[in-house]
Amino acid sequence: MIYYIVRRIVTMIPTLFVISFLIFFIIELPAGDYISNQVAALKSSGESASIAKLEFMRKEFALDRPFFERYLIWVGLWSGPHGFDGLLQGNWGWSFEFAKPVEEVIGPTLPLTVILNFATILFVYVVSFPIGIYSATRQYSWGDYGFTFLGYIGLATPNFLLGLIMLYLFNIWFGLSVGGLMAPEYIDQPWSVAKGLSVLAHLIVPTVVIGTSGTAGMIRRLRANLLDELHKQYVTTGRAKGLKEGRLLVKYPLRMALNPFIADIGNLIPSLVSGSVIVSVVLNLPTVGPVLLSALQSQDQYLAGFILLFVAVLTLMGMLVSDLLLAVLDPRIRLGGRAAS
Amino acid sequence: MTGTRMENENTVEHYVDPAPFNPATTEALTPEQERYYQASQWKIMWWKFKRHKIAVWSGVVLILFYLCVPFAEVIAPYTPNTRDSQHLYAPPQPLHLFHEGKFVGPFVYGMKSEIDMTVMKWVFTPDPAKVQPIRFFCRGDDYMFWGLFKADFHLFCPAKGGTLFLAGTDRLGRDQLSGLIYGARLSLTVGLVGVAISIVLGLFFGGIAGYFGGILDSAIQRLIEIMRSLPELPLWMALSAALPVTWSPVWIYFGLTIILGLLDWPGLARAVRSKLLSLREEEYAKAAVLMGAKPGRVIGRHLLPGFTSHIIASATLSIPSMILGETALSFLNLGLRRPSVSWGVLLNEAQNISVVTVYPWLMAPVIPIIIVVLAFNFLGDGLRDAADPYK
Repeated sequence: MIYYIVRRIVTMIPTLFVISFLIFFIIELPAGDYISNQVAALKSSGESASIAKLEFMRKEFALDRPFFERYLIWVGLWSGPHGFDGLLQGNWGWSFEFAKPVEEVIGPTLPLTVILNFATILFVYVVSFPIGIYSATRQYSWGDYGFTFLGYIGLATPNFLLGLIMLYLFNIWFGLSVGGLMAPEYIDQPWSVAKGLSVLAHLIVPTVVIGTSGTAGMIRRLRANLLDELHKQYVTTGRAKGLKEGRLLVKYPLRMALNPFIADIGNLIPSLVSGSVIVSVVLNLPTVGPVLLSALQSQDQYLAGFILLFVAVLTLMGMLVSDLLLAVLDPRIRLGGRAAS
Repeated sequence: MTGTRMENENTVEHYVDPAPFNPATTEALTPEQERYYQASQWKIMWWKFKRHKIAVWSGVVLILFYLCVPFAEVIAPYTPNTRDSQHLYAPPQPLHLFHEGKFVGPFVYGMKSEIDMTVMKWVFTPDPAKVQPIRFFCRGDDYMFWGLFKADFHLFCPAKGGTLFLAGTDRLGRDQLSGLIYGARLSLTVGLVGVAISIVLGLFFGGIAGYFGGILDSAIQRLIEIMRSLPELPLWMALSAALPVTWSPVWIYFGLTIILGLLDWPGLARAVRSKLLSLREEEYAKAAVLMGAKPGRVIGRHLLPGFTSHIIASATLSIPSMILGETALSFLNLGLRRPSVSWGVLLNEAQNISVVTVYPWLMAPVIPIIIVVLAFNFLGDGLRDAADPYK
């Protein structure tokens, strides 16, 4: 098992490098950089006093170096103006827009981002599991049809539109502002039980909104997997032996169907994380989503780059956890074989 | 073994039926069977697809929606950027057939407008005195048909001097329904062009990975894995933020489709690869290789026809995510911008929740988006089932 975990983590390292390179490439795509654009703007307005300062800053942030050098300096594998000082050394870069280190700009938003994504995954599991079992064991019942229908709607409604609709409905029905992390009166208040409850209440809507399409997909898959298993002969054998229906279900087919169910969560995580970014923008949640949007719009490259990297790492971590879970459940994977899917 | 031969020798001599043998009489096929066995693969797929009622209806709905693409100018009563400064944020005008118990055909009531001085906004109320029958096949707003020649023919237009805002108007008094119809043009084609790009990339990478195997295969596999583990939307956002602001709408549009296609191919490449791997082992593929066919010919002539249907099915299933991607990007101001009109651009007006609560019809684009995405999903399901007709 330890061997498996180590191997799995070691294979993540090259992946991380490829991803960081891709991300750096993408954030460097727009022409120029934040400072040189400012220089151009200042030049066109005829001002020259602060240009020298900006030129100095360009040197300071190594923006005058060639592309590969800049990438390596960003990662921390190349000696920059301040020696080895990059992501690997714990320096997350500088946000030009806020004139602060990236760490200070997005530091407060990171815990909520992680909590929100974690809550969404839990939500997907907790909701889709019983419904999937119900739909499979009572195939073609009214409940099954109802959930299938809801599932299709859930799959088809993009999550940010769902967020918009929810915002509207909650506003009309309860006069409640679901946007933001807490009710407006608690902002700047010290932490209390009421404030905590308000935060929890405000987390419910985004969790449901982000998780809906994933839940719908998981229900569909669990239902299909379980249905496949339920028609196999060992189930008939179990029934012939006189096993009780509930015990029979838990003992054999459910375990078989659980495997792809857990493997699928790994495939689901990228789309959940994507969803959390845009839903946060719509619902105005203080996660990395809105910061990413503004950073992209103002070409605040290191801020945007770090957020993209953070989101990607979050996804990778999620996939790692789902892989490890799978290995715990399925000895075939642990021992180096392939997963039966 | 010997025992049976002995037995045969002991029994009667070899018997041959004198009547001429015609295999057709013993294995006579019913006309249906004959039709089935002689039908081409595509024909059988079509039969199988037809049995999937929801998929067929979804196809019909999609065709209706796609009619807006070439004929948006004719179908829409206004042009998407016509401003009616007298009707800012006008609510949708409901369609009526009967006026005071009398049938007049489809018409709308005119609107009385007044300013509510306390909240400083226009208030529109239907005016029962003004019956404005809708005109059909009529002359209305001027437009450039396909950007080629000037025309003013519309399928239906408002009564002379009247208004026809079936889905309300926005902040600048632009008709929402016309916006939706014109918006279909970009929103619906973004998916098609994007998928075309994704198919080309997916076929290329999946094809070489699946056919040649070895190091190439594992390298491409790694790449696919990495691409699939990346959250799509933030990358789309970053890439479309990189599109220069100075580009013309047409270039932005193509830039967007390329961005959408660029991140979508791994799923398709994976499907192509696994299908190729299994088909490569089939006898007919081996025969082709032994007869000296070059890889290109084996893939193109012998293997590709075997999984075209699968590609079409999975491509259909990935169109909705592209449509949603475009909508999300335009909604966030990172994609298309006015004067281009797409559903995401229209939704952009609904970004502010306080505006939406007062003018809920600004969320109208949500409805066609959901319908189209649902229809594509059903159609894709039907196609996927039909893709393996011999099962």
